Order: sequence, then C-alpha cells, then structure tokens
Amino acid sequence: MTRRIALRPLARILEARRTGENPDEIERENLRLRHEQMRDKLRLRAESRLLMLACCFCAAFLAVGVKMTALATSVPEEPSINTSHSSITSTRADIVDREGRVLATNLVTNALYVHPHELIDPEAAAAGLADIFDDLDEETLLRRFRSGSRFMWVRGSISPEQQQRVHDLGEPGLLFGPREMRLYPNGAVASHVMGGARFGEQAVNAAEILGVAGVEAEFDEDLRDPARNGAPLELSLDLTVQAAVEEVLAGGMGLMQAQGASAVLMDAHTGEVISLASLPDFDPNARPAALTEGDPSQSPLFNRAVQGVYELGSTYKLFTIAQALEDGLVTPTTMIDTRGPLRMAGFEIGDFHNYGNSLSVRDVMVRSSNIGTARIAQMIGPERQQEFLGALGLLDPIDFEMIESRQGRPIVPSNWGQLSTMTISFGHGISATQLHLASAYASLLNGGTRVRPTLLRRDDPQQGERLISEETSRILRAMVRDVVADPIGTANLGEVPGYEVGGKTGSADKPNPQGGYYDDRVIATFASVFPAHDPRYVLVVTLDEPSIDILGETRRTAGWTAVPVAAEVIRRVAPLLGLRPQDVDHEATYQLSSASQ
Amino acid sequence: MRGFVTILAAIAVIALGYWAYHQNIQTQQALREVERLQRAIGVERERLVVLRAEWAYLNRPDRLRELVDLNFDRLNLLPLRPEQFAVMDEVIWREDMPAAAETEGEEDILYSASQAEERP
Repeated sequence: MTRRIALRPLARILEARRTGENPDEIERENLRLRHEQMRDKLRLRAESRLLMLACCFCAAFLAVGVKMTALATSVPEEPSINTSHSSITSTRADIVDREGRVLATNLVTNALYVHPHELIDPEAAAAGLADIFDDLDEETLLRRFRSGSRFMWVRGSISPEQQQRVHDLGEPGLLFGPREMRLYPNGAVASHVMGGARFGEQAVNAAEILGVAGVEAEFDEDLRDPARNGAPLELSLDLTVQAAVEEVLAGGMGLMQAQGASAVLMDAHTGEVISLASLPDFDPNARPAALTEGDPSQSPLFNRAVQGVYELGSTYKLFTIAQALEDGLVTPTTMIDTRGPLRMAGFEIGDFHNYGNSLSVRDVMVRSSNIGTARIAQMIGPERQQEFLGALGLLDPIDFEMIESRQGRPIVPSNWGQLSTMTISFGHGISATQLHLASAYASLLNGGTRVRPTLLRRDDPQQGERLISEETSRILRAMVRDVVADPIGTANLGEVPGYEVGGKTGSADKPNPQGGYYDDRVIATFASVFPAHDPRYVLVVTLDEPSIDILGETRRTAGWTAVPVAAEVIRRVAPLLGLRPQDVDHEATYQLSSASQ
Repeated sequence: MRGFVTILAAIAVIALGYWAYHQNIQTQQALREVERLQRAIGVERERLVVLRAEWAYLNRPDRLRELVDLNFDRLNLLPLRPEQFAVMDEVIWREDMPAAAETEGEEDILYSASQAEERP
C-alpha cells in the first residue's frame, strides 16, 4: 500500500497563500494525481487478471490438445476391465452328444518349423528329427535345410512327447508354433456324422481349422463363429447307443459276410436321429484320402445311410398300402388277386413264393406279395402315387444337417407310367436313401404327420403336416406288427420279447453296372418301429450283399439277414434308451382296447 | 477470514489430489491383478479342455468295451438286457430296512423314460 498523500499539504498551502496562488488548485492537482494513480493500479490489476485467465485457458486447451494427440498417435486399446468375460480359449466350438458327452473337441498342440539359417548343426538336427519322426528322411531333411530357404514346416501338429524330444535336441533353429488340433476322442464311433477337419490358412502362431465332411462341414461357419462364445454344438446322437449299434452291426456284417452295413435310428415324433451308422467306417482323427478311381461307394468315407441311393425293395409296400387305405380303395380285409405272373408291357412281375389265387391286403403286406401290391398300385394310378411319395419326401434330396445328404438324390423314373407305378409299389425302379425310408416310416406310423430327420437335439415333437389319418396309421401299425408277430410274416425273426417290434422287410437285387441286375447280390433292408402300439423309435437296418447258410441253403433275403441284425440292435439299444419292456398282459390289453376302438 | 478460506481450499486441493492419486494407483494395481487372474484362468481353462478331452478319450466306448472284456473274470459285466428291468415289488428287502420298501414300493427300480408303470 502506497502512502496516501494529503490533498491539501499544509506546507504547500501556506507557500501558495504567500505567493498569492489559489490553494484550491493544489488540491485539484493532487486529486487528479490520486485518481490517475488509482486508475493505473486498477488497470494493472485487470491486466494481470486477464493474463491469469488467458493462462488458465491456455493450460486447459493445452491439456485437451495433449490428450488428443496422445489418443491419436497411440495404438487403440480395449479397456482391460471389459475383457474379463472373454472366456474363449478355442477358436472352434466343441460338438457334444445329447447327454453332453464330447464327440469333437480341440487340443492345443504345437507345430514344428525350422529356421535353417539358425541351425547350428544341420546334420545332427536332421538325424535327430528323422529319429523322432519315423516317416521323415534324414537325407531329404538335410537337402531342404541346405536349399537356402529361411523357413520350412516340418510337422502340422506334434505330441507333447515329441515336443520334449525336439527340445532335447537343443537346436535354436527348431521352433514351435501353437496349434489347435481337432480331436475326436471316440475314434471311429459316429465317424460319418462327424466327418473330419483339416487345417486351412496357416500362420506361425495359429491355424484355421476347417470342417471337411459331416456336421463339421455343415456347421463350419457356425462352429467358428466367435459369437457362440464356446457354447458346444448339441447333436441328437446318443454316444452309447451309437456305439452299441455299430458293435451289433459290425457283428452282423461279419456273420452275414456283407460288403457293408448301415443303420438309422430315429425318434418317430421329434425326428431326432439317435444313431446313424455306416460300415465300413474310418477314424476321423486320421481321415483317409478320398478314392481317386473306382467306385466311391466302396470307400469307407462313403456314408451308406445318407449318400447311398438304393432300391429299397418291398419296404415301399407300406407306402402303397397306406395310400390305398387312406383313399378308401381297400380295407385290411379286401381280397386282392395274386395270381401270377403278372405281365405288363413286356415285363413280368412275380412273387418269391406262390401265394395262391388271392390274399387279403393284410396278408399281401405280411407275406410281401409283389403281385398283390402291384394290383393295389393299379387302383391308385401314377399321378396320385407320385403325389403321395412326393408328400412323404421320397422324391427329393432330404434336408438334413450333413453336407453329404445333398448327394442322396432319389432316382425316379423319367417316364412314370403304369408299369413304373406297379414296380414302384414294391420298391423297384425307384431309389432313395435309408434316411428317406426312416423318415417316411416315422411319418406314416407315428400317427400320420410328416417328420423330417434332424441331427440337432430338440425336445418337442415336430408339428408336421398330416399325411394320413390317425386311424390309417393305427391300421398300418397293426399290419407292420403282424409282419413280425405272425409266424408266416417275412420278419418273424425280428421278434424281441417286450418291445413289440413291427416292420417291413425289403430285398432288392443290386443293379449291375454293366446293365441289368445281379442274381446273387442283394441289398437287404428292414425298416422297423418299436413299440408298435405307440412307436417311439424307427430303426432301418440295411446290409449290402449279405448271405448266410442256414438250414442247408444260402439265404440272402432281408428276413434271414437284416431282420435278425435289427432285432439284436433293438435288444441292445432299447434298454439303453430307457424303454421298459412291456409285459404280456399289457400287450393283451392293448390289443383288446385297440379292437374295441 | 479470507486467508483462512484460502488455506482451507489449498488443503482441500492437496487432499483431493492425494486421494485421486491413491485411487489411480489402486486401480492400476487392481487391473494388474485382474490381468494376472485372467491369465491364470486362461491357463486353467486350457488345462480343463485338455482334461475334458482326456476324460472323453479314456471313456471312449471302444476302450471301455476292451476293459470290460479284460476284466470279465472279476466284474462279469454284460450289456444291459431287457430282462434286467424290474419293479420295486420284486426286490427282497433286508429285514432291517423295511421303511424303504414301504415308501418306495410303487417306484420303478431302473430309470424308465418310457412311461409310468400301468397297474390295475
């Protein structure tokens, strides 16, 4: 604080009075000076405040600017606090069966690669590697090490033991890259459904896994989708049932000296495929190469149940009779003329046995009369037959969750005339896959609504469109039951006490690639449902070229080959599915109640 | 008075600065801890995947079948047959546990997914 100067200093006033000046001027002068001083001070303060404010603004803008520059020049980085939920460790989701048992998973292994220029002792390294990996040749390795390249792969995936042995070589030029390997712990079980996988794009520290067949290929995108967050793909298969089916089938195939065997076990209401087996099979962990020549259907990779398009023989009689019953053309007791042979357009239709002059519709089915079925088909006519088989889905490739299913395109006659109608009625001149047959049987016998097969687990029955009435379905169920239960039925070896098996056999001569049909090679099929009064499951078993010597005769028909195998499958599998055998009393009650309805 | 407020404000600023710094350090420590835990979780998950694969491999049907065959003398294991289904009534109960027989007499022994037992 500056000392305040008095406005009228006495000394100057007295001085002024003496010289005759006006002392008021002194006062005014001083006042002016004082005001000027005050103004200067205020301005100075205001200026300093402005400066202060400007500094603050500058500092603030500078801070913002620095932060912005830092953000702009640094690598963007996710807030680490948000990544705490990323739990994906593998890039491809697991596949599990309906009980959650692992069918396919990933294992972290290592790929082995070499930087040849970093090798200290290439000879020793080549010798060591040749010693660890049997199929590597020391000479070749050494030549490649010296070819001047700076990088080479040795192995796509190696086991931990092998990795340790490579470590023990102590070569700085041998390097490992992490790899995820697709593992099928169950080996050949369900191999056709699984398909297999291979490495796609490879880099040093990762490799893409691509599905090559089966569900791996069908759901390839889906399994690799990061949005799954590791949730496994749940299939409808049951691993235990699948293993049991394959075991029984392999036994039956050996016993019947068959070329191949396949089976489809399907839930009759939900359409879930519980088991899908095709023999011979393969190990998806080491998927064999596809055949480059010859018949692809001879390869173990060939899925007979889904890709194999065969004439399925008399199993088609069910469709003919179902349609005739539904349209009211016949009743189970209507007598059909079965005098043979039946000649039509230069073609002769005969029966395996002579069944006399006539059979009831039920007996046409039970004893499998071709002539009888052809006569019923004549009543139906080509257009309506075509329409009905189309509605059952037997004329188009099946929409199924395996890429192979698109190859299972049914073969239908180009000219669907009266003769075709008659041969198709007992399953000749038309070909489809076993899966087609299984879904058609499920659709007709489950109460009459269409069922489409699926490999994905689902809980509720399918609400498919109605194909035949409940009542027709019930009659058909009684008929297929009689095919097995009646001692003269073609599938009388298929009886499994307690499980009321019902079904229809089919034996079709194999077509000769040179034209015509073989005399001694058949495809034997048994399409069955159990329990017949309220079908839960549909089982279709097919044997390729079976033959067995029983009672001094070589038997090839399905009744002697596919039926006993199917019966054994049901005996093994039904308890695993939790089906309790129905006691005899219960069965009698059922027949009474169904008769009174 | 004014000086007092200024001093108070200065102390408040220092205290807040210290608090903010402390929080910052704590956050960084927590983040480091989270990161460490996540790495550990990742390692454990990887182990879990391996163990699960190993479990599935050891439980593969082919191996179990071989083991059953190898140990048939001791275990006498056979595939499940339809005859093995029974109802509770068929069980002969030991005398010292009658309660169980009474309360669960109507229950099926084996799990049956088909339907409940129908009785008159």
